[in-house]
Amino acid sequence: MRELSSRPPANWRSRPFVYRLEGSRCVVCGHFHPYKRLVCRRCGSKRLDQDKLPSTGRLVNYTVVTQAQQGFENNTPHIVGWVEMDDGTQLIGHITDCEPEELKPGTVLEPVVRRIRVDGEAKLIVYGVKFKPVV
Amino acid sequence: MPKINNAAIVGYGVYIPRYRIKAEELARVWGKSSSDLPVKEKAVAGLDEDTVTMSAEAARYALMRAGVDPSKVSAVHVGTESKPYAVKPSGTLVAEILGLSRHITSADLEFACKAGTEAIQMVTALVETGRIDYGLAIGADTAQGRPGDALEFTAASGAAAFLIGRADTGCIARFEYATSVVTDTPDFWRRSYERYPTHASRFTGEPAYFYHTLTAINTILNENGYSTDDIDYFVFHQPNVKFPLTVAKLLSIPYSKVSPGLVSDVVGNTYAACSMLGLAKVLDTASPGQRILMTSYGSGAGSDSFLLTVCDGIVEKRDKAPSFQQLLNRNKQIDYAIYLKYRDKIRV
Amino acid sequence: MKAFLCGGAVLKVDEHWDKSLPNLLAEAGLKALDSSGISYVDHVYVANVYGEVLQEQANLGSLLAEELGLRGVAASRVEAGGASGLAAVYAGCLAVSSGLANAVLVVGAEKMSDGTVEEAVSLLTMEERQDYVGYLGVSQLAEAALLYKEYVKRYRISNDDVAYFPVISHENSSTAPHAQYQFKISLETVINSPYVAEPLHRLETTSPSDGAAAILIVSQELARRVKEPKCLLTGIGSASDLMTAFDREDPLEMRGLADAGKRALEMAGIKASDVDFLELHDPYSILAPLSLEALGIAEKGQACLQARKGRFSLSGEKPINTFGGLKGRGYPVGASGVYAVVEAFMQLTDNASKNQVPGADVGLVESLSGLGSYAGVAVLERMR
Repeated sequence: MRELSSRPPANWRSRPFVYRLEGSRCVVCGHFHPYKRLVCRRCGSKRLDQDKLPSTGRLVNYTVVTQAQQGFENNTPHIVGWVEMDDGTQLIGHITDCEPEELKPGTVLEPVVRRIRVDGEAKLIVYGVKFKPVV
Repeated sequence: MPKINNAAIVGYGVYIPRYRIKAEELARVWGKSSSDLPVKEKAVAGLDEDTVTMSAEAARYALMRAGVDPSKVSAVHVGTESKPYAVKPSGTLVAEILGLSRHITSADLEFACKAGTEAIQMVTALVETGRIDYGLAIGADTAQGRPGDALEFTAASGAAAFLIGRADTGCIARFEYATSVVTDTPDFWRRSYERYPTHASRFTGEPAYFYHTLTAINTILNENGYSTDDIDYFVFHQPNVKFPLTVAKLLSIPYSKVSPGLVSDVVGNTYAACSMLGLAKVLDTASPGQRILMTSYGSGAGSDSFLLTVCDGIVEKRDKAPSFQQLLNRNKQIDYAIYLKYRDKIRV
Repeated sequence: MKAFLCGGAVLKVDEHWDKSLPNLLAEAGLKALDSSGISYVDHVYVANVYGEVLQEQANLGSLLAEELGLRGVAASRVEAGGASGLAAVYAGCLAVSSGLANAVLVVGAEKMSDGTVEEAVSLLTMEERQDYVGYLGVSQLAEAALLYKEYVKRYRISNDDVAYFPVISHENSSTAPHAQYQFKISLETVINSPYVAEPLHRLETTSPSDGAAAILIVSQELARRVKEPKCLLTGIGSASDLMTAFDREDPLEMRGLADAGKRALEMAGIKASDVDFLELHDPYSILAPLSLEALGIAEKGQACLQARKGRFSLSGEKPINTFGGLKGRGYPVGASGVYAVVEAFMQLTDNASKNQVPGADVGLVESLSGLGSYAGVAVLERMR
């Protein structure tokens, strides 16, 4: 298998969104983007402000993944969910800290930073946002 | 010893992973008797958890209780013996995850199970001297026991975080006194490249745990004119269920003053988080004006002891984040095979 | 717009352990040149996605030119994820219709078998945003599963209805000599195969495979001199959409495909109902009904029920995936658009043998990148 790496600069650039759900929100149409943006992808406006997503959302739907991609071979089964945050932003990510049976559309979830991927003993640990049912 | 005039817990938070393995299950696998087990069950970190993630979750709950703007926190010290990186501070990751300011001081501390309370020592001093307004002292571990070893029954995962600030109105509990007792005592250690620690069996009792715990307690009480009757709650480091109860017996402390702070029977020994988890559990139910004595123990060896008085602010702040019990109620039992998978112990 | 296609060639889709990527490119390219009777082209375009990753080979245009003994030709790779093949055909049409080229050779080739199954899942995920979805460990497979669940929920059908599409594909690939899987499968077999990301069963997804296909696009003047079979490309459309389906106003609506389809049909001067057969892009079964609905072939939510009634079978009113499509014929990613175009070419030149759609005059080829983040549609017609 080809060697994977979590390249330090890419890892470092991702922090605002993958740690804190910070991104850019279009001033005109309100659409949220999980990264720096020059142009709104929905309405084309060039006016975007830095913003942060709310700290809760609801599950729209989920899938239990049993066929792993590279780097996640020891991580199956895992749950991937479609989450609607309280401001209407649609996100996808892993759902953690629950069994599939505990989830249904409408389950209230909150973002939490967990280990996304660890490649071997020497590379950087990739941390990022997942969603868990609110305690 | 000098009185601490201006340092208090202004927010606290705990984190316990949802997975549990029963000591009975470990006994089954290793052919040990299931009578006289050191704890009932222990908490196990999931595949996507580590000291950093647990510290961040506990710290987030602490900030929620405190109602403090994250940008005002100027110190993050994480005490742990299971750092995800041998070199790369957990504290910086926690700070980044929480969105703290860049103008912070941060270091990871190691002193076995009292690394977290050492962080409290440091952060209270920074606050008291006026160097910082708020600081986070965190104890967190994903403790590992060698498969088949006695410690495997108790080595557990958890985190506790205290946001410490000045003793203003609204604070949760004021620090009154703090003391520390440290000696070179080889009861438990891990050499740099070893996966699992080594312990000195029965030597970890009297000359280690009991000597340091008792000395610290006696020092802090006697030097300041307190007797055990003046204290409402005693929280000890709890490597198992028996040791803290033995300390209580030796000091003639009634069980009712100890039981609110007992945690290890249901979560195991969470190492650097252990005594701090006990303190947080007490804070979940204590009343303003009550006194708490928390005494940690770290192998190598030493004890930190803190005398605190609960403040009025606790009533309003307590329910702003999940309690110890609420986190404990998340309970997903796993068997030994899943435990090995989660703790990455399967090596071929 | 009218472009002339000739020399359509395909290699069997398989795990070609003994053939390198250059070998595959060369074999398909030569087959196309031989079968068209043309020996010199102005441009070569390579459609390929993962050469730089799996074979660590960039500069595929020059490589193909060298393999074919063509020196001094314009050469480059075209990449648009799974739609690379159609994007390369589009580039060829542009070159010829602008007058800058007389003859263009498009070769699509991919060699997925150099990687593992887990790698294949990651490679397809490369079509998604790596600064968001990829970073957070979400695979394209998981996203497809989420769309599947939403579709079934919204239209109140059963998972089995979606799972019927692979049955149609295998029905057709069972008689296709160049298909990877030359056997039929029953619906029961599909739904009894293990889940890969529920509700997607393994047999509703494609496996990594190797293949190469090629075709020539020539000017009208050159076409007159070609004696070998030819067909027309009368309409072509390309359109992008937001990369992550869940960022779109309606995640189940593939607007890019709808736009691309409209443009292609308009350019060809025909309606969706005039199309005699379609080659779809369905690496996950759910993309088949979503595509049919985006193209206006079926009403929203109706495609699966129509499939079960036989509308899309080879003998039905609107045959799809006439040689098995991505599931039955195989999915050598970057090459698949070229395979689909050549398969339409075979239909329109009465060269489809056991898979012939009788009286096929107009075919529509669809190719997608990601879950509709880019769509290419081409309308091909019988020579007249």
